[in-house]
Amino acid sequence: MTRRFPAFKAIVLREVLRFIHQRERFLAALVRPLIWLLVFAAGFRAALGLSIIPPYQTYITYETYIVPGLCGMILLFNGMQTSLSLVYDREMGSMRLLLTAPQPRWFLLFSKLCGATFIGILQCYAFLIIARLFGVEHPLLGHLTVLPALILAGLMLGALGLAISSFIKQLENFAGVMNFVIFPMFFLSSALYPLWKMQESSETLYWICRLNPFTHAVELIRFALHVSLSPWALLWTVLAGAAFTVLALWGYDPARGMIRKRR
Amino acid sequence: MLSVSDLSFSYDTKQALKDVSFRAEPGRFTALLGPNGAGKSTLFALLTRLFTTRDGQIEIAGHDLAKAPREALAVMGVVFQQPTLDLELTIRQNLSYFAALHGLSGKDAAMRIDAALDRLDIRARAGEKARSLNGGHRRRTELARALIHQPKVLLCDEPTVGLDAQARAAITAHVHDLAEDGLTVLWATHLTDEVRESDDVLLLHQGVLRASGTARDLTGAQALNDWFLEQTGTPV
Repeated sequence: MTRRFPAFKAIVLREVLRFIHQRERFLAALVRPLIWLLVFAAGFRAALGLSIIPPYQTYITYETYIVPGLCGMILLFNGMQTSLSLVYDREMGSMRLLLTAPQPRWFLLFSKLCGATFIGILQCYAFLIIARLFGVEHPLLGHLTVLPALILAGLMLGALGLAISSFIKQLENFAGVMNFVIFPMFFLSSALYPLWKMQESSETLYWICRLNPFTHAVELIRFALHVSLSPWALLWTVLAGAAFTVLALWGYDPARGMIRKRR
Repeated sequence: MLSVSDLSFSYDTKQALKDVSFRAEPGRFTALLGPNGAGKSTLFALLTRLFTTRDGQIEIAGHDLAKAPREALAVMGVVFQQPTLDLELTIRQNLSYFAALHGLSGKDAAMRIDAALDRLDIRARAGEKARSLNGGHRRRTELARALIHQPKVLLCDEPTVGLDAQARAAITAHVHDLAEDGLTVLWATHLTDEVRESDDVLLLHQGVLRASGTARDLTGAQALNDWFLEQTGTPV
């Protein structure tokens, strides 16, 4: 059997190198949540009153509330960026090189997913540090306990990106993904407002938010950042991650042929 | 050896390959000749398992591609029609990435990479970014890369597309040398000047294998280009 570890390392390293070469991407990944945190939150803190809900045990500022949601946003954008780069790789041909390696296809895709998740987590930590410098603090231990939550959320959203990339035929179609995946997922979640607020205005929207896996990824991060665990969020995130992974593997199955569709 | 039997493939309703069977032998340069749209790229996608079909069988150096795909891919080197170098990485980094995909690392990988670079005479430029290379050198790098894991079968899918005459001749000659050294080579092209008289030729047209044999035997007194035009009825 061909040795797998060198392949895994090389695929992850290549994702990291690619990320380093794209300085604009790193900057955008940091600036985007910071704008939400420093501008959007400043404007909305007065409009949105927050009651004490778990995991919080005291009144918190709005900035504190949205930090986990913005970590989720980083991972969501990162997942979609991965999807974009996979479609790009396919158009450019380097995907062929990857998929003709003598390794199981699930392993090659999983390695890609791990590389992408690793980069997403680096971005989250950079954001958490900057947020802290601006006075938005979380328990110090929370920065450690949030790691498994970020890994799980990152893998789930990365798997979503992977699945989407197998169904997008051309690079040009990617703008549609932004409109139909990122924005609904982000706004129909608990990232920016607690779900009880949503329930006050619409029961239907509330239930959509409850079913949205992104909500559960954000809640998983929120609880973990406060050194506690939401078992329900954990279960949903894992289940959604597994479902997206299966969908991605099916999308990349050579018998289906992701390249067959776009001759 | 590369052996293909009764291979068929359809894109939805359009049949791209129909009952294609052939063998490419070790030590031989086998040219897969066909006009654009003949089914060459489909055949290569099937040979490299980018997609699969239930109709037919492919064997790479004794390994059935459907039953033992990893063993088959491990003994295969491929130069794709599309450029597949990461332009932001150096030549050496590109080759290391590929070696790692094949499970090679450390000293073993470094030695093989040096040998491959020497063979293609590009070792002096190993530290340069792929972006700085011209088309000919990029192709050479891709060929060097395809040889790192010492494959038994080399597949080249129109590898000279976009190259100037000199670079084209150099790459073609080099791959002929590799075949003489014992490698099984399958070389897809629509350019007849890349084929020598003694080469094996497979003529693919409209998804069907129309002729096979050495170029000399197939063409008789005719020039290969004239024969090809006559057989396919298309301008080359």
